[in-house]
Amino acid sequence: MSVTWTRRKRSLLRFWADYRGHKAGVVGLAVLLVAVLLALIAPLFIDAGVTNVVRGTGEKLAPPSWDAPLGTDESGRSVLLMVWWGSRTSLLIGFLAALLSMVIGTVLGIVAGHFRGWIGAVVLRVTDWFLVLPSLVTALVLAAILGGSTTTIIVAIGVTSWPSTARLIRAQTLAVEARPYIERSTALGGGHWHITTRHVLPNVAPLLLASTTLEVASAIVTESTLAFLGISANKTSWGTMLRGSYDWGAATSGAWWYILVPGLCIVTVVMAFTLCGRALETVLNPRLRSAR
Amino acid sequence: MTVAPSASQELEETPVRNGMLRYALSKAGGALLSISMVIVATFFLFRLLPGDPVRALAQGRNMTPEQLDLERHRLGLDKSLPEQFFQFVKQTVQFDLGTSYEYKRPVLDLIGERIGSTLLLTGTALVIAVTLGIWQGARAGWKPGSRFDRFSTAISLVLWSVPTFWLGLLLLMVFAAGVGPIPGVFPTRGIESVDAPDGFGYVLDVAKHMVLPCLTMVAVVYAQYLLVMRSSVLDEVGQDYVTTARAKGLKDDDVRRKHAVPNALLPTVTLVFMRIGFVVGGAVTVEAIFSWPGLGQLFYEAIRVPDFTLMQGTFLLITVSVIVMNTLADVVYHLLDPRVRSA
Repeated sequence: MSVTWTRRKRSLLRFWADYRGHKAGVVGLAVLLVAVLLALIAPLFIDAGVTNVVRGTGEKLAPPSWDAPLGTDESGRSVLLMVWWGSRTSLLIGFLAALLSMVIGTVLGIVAGHFRGWIGAVVLRVTDWFLVLPSLVTALVLAAILGGSTTTIIVAIGVTSWPSTARLIRAQTLAVEARPYIERSTALGGGHWHITTRHVLPNVAPLLLASTTLEVASAIVTESTLAFLGISANKTSWGTMLRGSYDWGAATSGAWWYILVPGLCIVTVVMAFTLCGRALETVLNPRLRSAR
Repeated sequence: MTVAPSASQELEETPVRNGMLRYALSKAGGALLSISMVIVATFFLFRLLPGDPVRALAQGRNMTPEQLDLERHRLGLDKSLPEQFFQFVKQTVQFDLGTSYEYKRPVLDLIGERIGSTLLLTGTALVIAVTLGIWQGARAGWKPGSRFDRFSTAISLVLWSVPTFWLGLLLLMVFAAGVGPIPGVFPTRGIESVDAPDGFGYVLDVAKHMVLPCLTMVAVVYAQYLLVMRSSVLDEVGQDYVTTARAKGLKDDDVRRKHAVPNALLPTVTLVFMRIGFVVGGAVTVEAIFSWPGLGQLFYEAIRVPDFTLMQGTFLLITVSVIVMNTLADVVYHLLDPRVRSA
């Protein structure tokens, strides 16, 4: 056991050293950590009351001032506090939707790659079918039918975004299973469960990490788009704030803070996730490393 | 053909053409299967609806239980599930998409009215985005690591992270409402002014309304075309034929334009059509923001109301057209690229 642990520790250190070489990735990681930390500690300072319409204290649609450093919205609520509290919903949905998408994608990808017969063919066919469907349109229909709640939005995003992961994992599974040690393992009596969980999964795990990071980014964008198009969990998120700004004509009445602040939050976090994901991909994908 | 082809030609061409035909047929079969899957999935998806659709329909109106039953009968909801299913399939295959709750008109008519403006907006945006993306991507990929390349990659990364609707809001704020010294020059919504003139003036009016929605769509989709073209060109840079072309003494620009780009173009253009679903999602958002009276806005309104027949009809139409586009792209790619054909 100790031998394995030293080996793991060493490879982890090597990975970190590689990752540190990507300046953009490090910046992205730092931004991410700050964003997540802020979302986690929010309840220590404020509560859901900051999003309560009747408890808005300031003037309506007032520009930034000492009382509300980032201005107020149509009910006199502080945009700064709302953005802070809203980050919890946006990040939560982003993470959970990406997780769901990854789990579906990984399981189906490994099944499609491991079982060569009709099972694999059927799974591949279904994956390709989902891949073609316009995912935003499908997610909108799903969420509209199931009704808006945090869970249904997570499901709607997760169920429509897994196919690309499944394709990636399937290709990787095929590559791993072509190696001789899998044949040796089969000869020694390793069954489907043993091969997929002990050999294939650890081999695809690193790529999965990079892919998840990118997926969180797109899930956050999708959540905000769904919220903007009117499908939300009735909780304040960056998307619902932008919906509010559109409904109250912030764009035409010059209330720039109401549009800029939530949008910049989305862009910053999404970009941080994207930078991290790209750096991870470069570090972990040996083909990219040797080629460029 | 009046002249009989020579034996050698026949030998050479027949297998290829047969293979092509077989390929196209198998792809068409796959597309049909996908479309059937869409129809089946749509049926069950819209039966998942919590509650009674008739009750939802009667919302806000005074209806007696008898009237509700009558409405249920009219919509065929009193039949068994298999019966309902076969009726749905039969109607869908005959392009009968039902009647909208909201508009009290056939969904197909509504779609027919809206599809023109969607094609106009999406088509224009796609042409601009593809042209710009390919041009910039080719230049960026030709000299990886150059200033132009880094600039292009950074821009596409930013645009990739920006949600479509937010970009639309920003453009609305700056160019429609006006910020500081910038006057608001473009209209905020719709496709034409109330007092739009006739003739050429009308065309100009529509064009003016189209600037902002089009710009938003271009910005969002062009980033990925740029990145794909860039990596496509990057793959060609190290190829032997490029070295040969250089050794012949061609100018660098000519090597890129006449040798590398044509080869890199094919996968990019195919990908444009393969990812048409993404463009469709963008169109829904853009049309919603700028109240562009197209298919996307129709779908968006159906979701806001919610009007489930209209939603179902537009969803079917959108998904089926995306599947058809993908299949066409696949077959055309196969037809054009000899490397794929021989493989």
